[in-house]
Amino acid sequence: MRLERRTDLSPAMLLAAPLMAVAVSLALSGLLIALAGVNPLAAYGQMVQGAFGSRLSISETLTRTTPLVLTGLAAAVAFRARLWNIGAEGQLYAGALVAAWLGHSLTLAMPAALSLLIIMGAGMVIGALLLLGPVLLRLRLGVDEVVTTLLMNFIIILFVSMMIEGPMKDPLAFGWPQSVPVESDVMLPKLLERSRLHIGLLIAVGAALLIWLVQSRTVFGMQTRAAGLNAPAAVFAGVPLSKTLLGVACISGALAGLAGAIEVTGLKGYVTLDLSPGYGYSGIVVAMLAGLNPIGVVFTALFVAVVFVGADSMSRALGVPSFIADVIVSISLLTMLVALLFTTYRVRR
Amino acid sequence: MMEAVDILFSASLWGAVLRIATPLIFGTLGALICERSGVLNLGIEGIMTLGAMVAWMTVFQGGGLWTGLLVAALCGGMFGLLHAVLTVPLGLSQHVTGLGITLFASSLTYYIYRLALPVSSSPPTIEPFQPLAIPGLSDIPFFGEALFSQTAPTYLAILAIVVTAYILIRTPLGLAIRMTGENPHAVEAQGLNPTRIRIGAVVVGSALMAIGGSFLTTATFNSFFPTMVQGRGWVCIALVVFASWRPGKALLGALLFALFDAYQLRLQHVVEGGVPYQLFLMVPYVLSIVALIVMSRRARVPQALMAPYRKGER
Amino acid sequence: MSRDTVLELTEITKRFGDLLANDAISLSLKQGELLALLGENGAGKTTLMNILFGHYTADSGTVKVFGSELPPGRPRMAIEAGVGMVHQHFTLAGNLSVLDNIMIGTEGLGQWRSGRRAARNKLMVLADRFGLGVDPEALVSELSVGEKQRVEILKALFRDARILILDEPTAVLTQIEAARLFETLNAMTEDGLSVIFISHKLAEVMTASNRVVILRAGAVVAERNTADTDRAELAELMVGRRVTRPVREDQQPGDNVLDLANVDVVENGRKQLDDVSLTVRAGEILGIIGVSGNGQSSLGRLTSGLVGASSGQMTYDGTTTDRFTPRQLVANATGRIPEDRNTEGAVGEMSLWENAVLERIGDKRFSRHGIVDRNGCRAFTADLIERFDVRGAGPQTPTRQLSGGNMQKMILGRNLASVPKLVIANQPTRGLDEGAIAAVHGELLAARKAGAAIVLISEDLDEVVALADRIQAIFKGRLSAPIAADDADPQRIGLMMAGIWEGDHAA
Repeated sequence: MRLERRTDLSPAMLLAAPLMAVAVSLALSGLLIALAGVNPLAAYGQMVQGAFGSRLSISETLTRTTPLVLTGLAAAVAFRARLWNIGAEGQLYAGALVAAWLGHSLTLAMPAALSLLIIMGAGMVIGALLLLGPVLLRLRLGVDEVVTTLLMNFIIILFVSMMIEGPMKDPLAFGWPQSVPVESDVMLPKLLERSRLHIGLLIAVGAALLIWLVQSRTVFGMQTRAAGLNAPAAVFAGVPLSKTLLGVACISGALAGLAGAIEVTGLKGYVTLDLSPGYGYSGIVVAMLAGLNPIGVVFTALFVAVVFVGADSMSRALGVPSFIADVIVSISLLTMLVALLFTTYRVRR
Repeated sequence: MMEAVDILFSASLWGAVLRIATPLIFGTLGALICERSGVLNLGIEGIMTLGAMVAWMTVFQGGGLWTGLLVAALCGGMFGLLHAVLTVPLGLSQHVTGLGITLFASSLTYYIYRLALPVSSSPPTIEPFQPLAIPGLSDIPFFGEALFSQTAPTYLAILAIVVTAYILIRTPLGLAIRMTGENPHAVEAQGLNPTRIRIGAVVVGSALMAIGGSFLTTATFNSFFPTMVQGRGWVCIALVVFASWRPGKALLGALLFALFDAYQLRLQHVVEGGVPYQLFLMVPYVLSIVALIVMSRRARVPQALMAPYRKGER
Repeated sequence: MSRDTVLELTEITKRFGDLLANDAISLSLKQGELLALLGENGAGKTTLMNILFGHYTADSGTVKVFGSELPPGRPRMAIEAGVGMVHQHFTLAGNLSVLDNIMIGTEGLGQWRSGRRAARNKLMVLADRFGLGVDPEALVSELSVGEKQRVEILKALFRDARILILDEPTAVLTQIEAARLFETLNAMTEDGLSVIFISHKLAEVMTASNRVVILRAGAVVAERNTADTDRAELAELMVGRRVTRPVREDQQPGDNVLDLANVDVVENGRKQLDDVSLTVRAGEILGIIGVSGNGQSSLGRLTSGLVGASSGQMTYDGTTTDRFTPRQLVANATGRIPEDRNTEGAVGEMSLWENAVLERIGDKRFSRHGIVDRNGCRAFTADLIERFDVRGAGPQTPTRQLSGGNMQKMILGRNLASVPKLVIANQPTRGLDEGAIAAVHGELLAARKAGAAIVLISEDLDEVVALADRIQAIFKGRLSAPIAADDADPQRIGLMMAGIWEGDHAA
């Protein structure tokens, strides 16, 4: 048996790949659900119900989608240039921390909109800066950025823990490790009355459109793609490889940082250590399922959000541990990798 | 200030070093074997988590401690096989696949654990490995307590280093593994099957990683809780680079790390107030990054690391 | 000498996708024979030998060695049956010792100890017997190309090969080394071994082989006893049609365009170019001839703007520097044809139009304010496809789908579309068939006629003699003084390629 590169590559197959991947993942996870003594179909039905069954559940699902779109974009942008940013989780927390700090102390005489812009900007800058370090290490010294960004996640989260138990601790939080809250007038406006859904969703979808435009229409996007697909050819053609990668790092880190700033100013209002249930890591799955396509990211982020929100509700109703959501999502990543392989290769005897 | 120095001369510190080093030794050794054959295995973090849980669960359900380690090794090997099948014959990205394995193995671990044991306020415990004093040697003052009163898996870790070093350097199998990591085409041209060699190396390496994880629940602690591996897997990946892909240096690196870790734990108690404990906890991660930077220019990377090999393709 | 058949290939057929690489090829080898497998690039020679050795599996057909059939796709069985193969791209691990490289696969993987001493002794005996001296403990990465080839041959002999296959064995050797290699092979056939060597060089086939099998487009077109044929017949059989390569016409060169003065280049900690000086003028072709691996890649990278000089200076169009950048060069009307078109010349997954414009995407024609003008790009590419006869592709086609020749035409096209001042062509015809070679030569000569200064770096003596006005040889990173093409006889150039030339540069 050997693999042979396909010469024909139909768009239909590119669309079929994630669907196949998800189907296989749901089938395999179904076995685990059955292990819990629950009919998998009933469980999946309950999940859909839990994610879309009511106005509240729909708004919850969309609220969850928001950070996943941003971390998904962070991964998609970076991976396309073969920059393995696995540090979105840390960058998200850093953005969140900065947002909480500024949101609490920026009570100057400036309009709330301006404060919000500054907060978002600061979250993006800190995210970008945190990724620049590992990327510079790779460019200068050849240090694998996967390991450094992973390790930095731990360092950053410990730092956040230190801040919210120390200088930024909320004295009114009954001793819980929780940061000071942002002022209520710099909270993002709600998108839907009587729900937690905020305009962060629009920002995220806007970011996806913008990234898509940059990738498909600009010189920078074309150079980035060339650098990711074939670095020696890009260098030969005069693409400034270091600059391009640093640019990509800034965008990727900024998106993750923005995710954190939006979670704080849109939803929580303060930082705790359970701000993100692994959005940074789930973003990798979101990006891969979307085939690194920014528009696709919006839809795959929605899928992942559905799985998480639905699993929570299903878990409460049927007693299947909610970790099943992580299982479904992680298996989809692996099956997607295989599905992608078979869109570019065919098996020959 | 004197107290900070005194710690260094306490036998309990050095005893702790070996204990803390044990999971790192197994993990680093496992990652090293994978990488020597040319496969980066970022599944390590998840495989260690899985190993920790299944070993604990085996014992909790009435199995022996050694049975627990064996079951952990088998489960680790199975996830290694999955990683190997995806990255070697299929040639998928080792980075992304490895992360996928980590996400899959850890989420499956938590799911199974939760399925078997409903939520409770304090996690259930088992009777862990007890220190095994080596007769005679353990009576030596200072060194006896520091080196020869460890649990059995720690001695096993040292033995594993020696055996791995011997196999890699002295045996035809070791040559085949090293050559596969340098140039799989050379291996195939001489009639061996590089695909099988890589799969074998990844399976064995992953089994060792799982044993490393199992040490946490069967010796260091006596219960399992989520996120208990806490990045030790990533530290191991950094240690492999630090060790320049050599087993002896891997032992040295693991011990050095454990020394810093054990020292900072004790220093926390000495330096009361003022210094947040999180700063101490950051030490291993910061050190890992420093190790990567220091060794970046010197390390001799296996030439075919992360290069997929497909038969009949050049 | 007995004349038993030791090897028999019957009706071997192999397809790669749409390409029929081997079409029912049958072939036999007799004991003690030195058989040449002749064919131009892409004729299917290497595929056939890889099937014989088990790297590839044939779609149909059988391989018989010493009368018994080999199971397909099992190199180990081929080795055990007595077949040894020396690959064109050596299969060696640079970070391991010679002995390690030779011993790999010779011992059971279950063994608890490696028998290094016995292996070492056996190796020394073999090395002595065939005059293939080599240090068993040396690291392979520190060996010269010739020594590496010796290790490859020793690997086969160590495993008691009775049939030796060599794929383009002289590609990396000087004429002197090549002559020595054929002496060794002769000694081996007298010793009872049988040898097949793959080649596309008529001269060595005529002098070294007993018999020639000629492959063309995946099929055997003829078979001759070497004594009964001549170069002209072989050439016609190999190419199958009369392809006339264009010839250079006399013309007066103009001003100096590019000057390199005493340039050193250090890459990967090694000095790759050593005190190199050259001058190329408008309307002339300067040929840099040399055996592969003598610094051509570095010279190509230096003049293409990928590396800088560690000492010495380069003057291009009046500006002196120690480092060009790809952007400056492209902006300054320089055409650059990279050594390896697949890794450096194009991004295979991107469309043809993207590859056609990538290096000059900043041009007003192709983008405004950082936004790509796709219509402009596609129109340019469509025009290029037309003018440079790129076949089987449109602007949207993924570049990977192009054949080597058509990809090279695209690369030539994007460089020559508007007349360049300077062209750096590094191995522009490597791996191409005769038709494509003639097209490339035609374009280079047209550029010369239009007044471009051209640096042609090549390993192909015929190509350099046919195209270049002046020739410099490259050997171990040094350049000989130029000689006029009209003074160049093959003997003299052969010596120059081995580093033997007059003047202060003599090795």
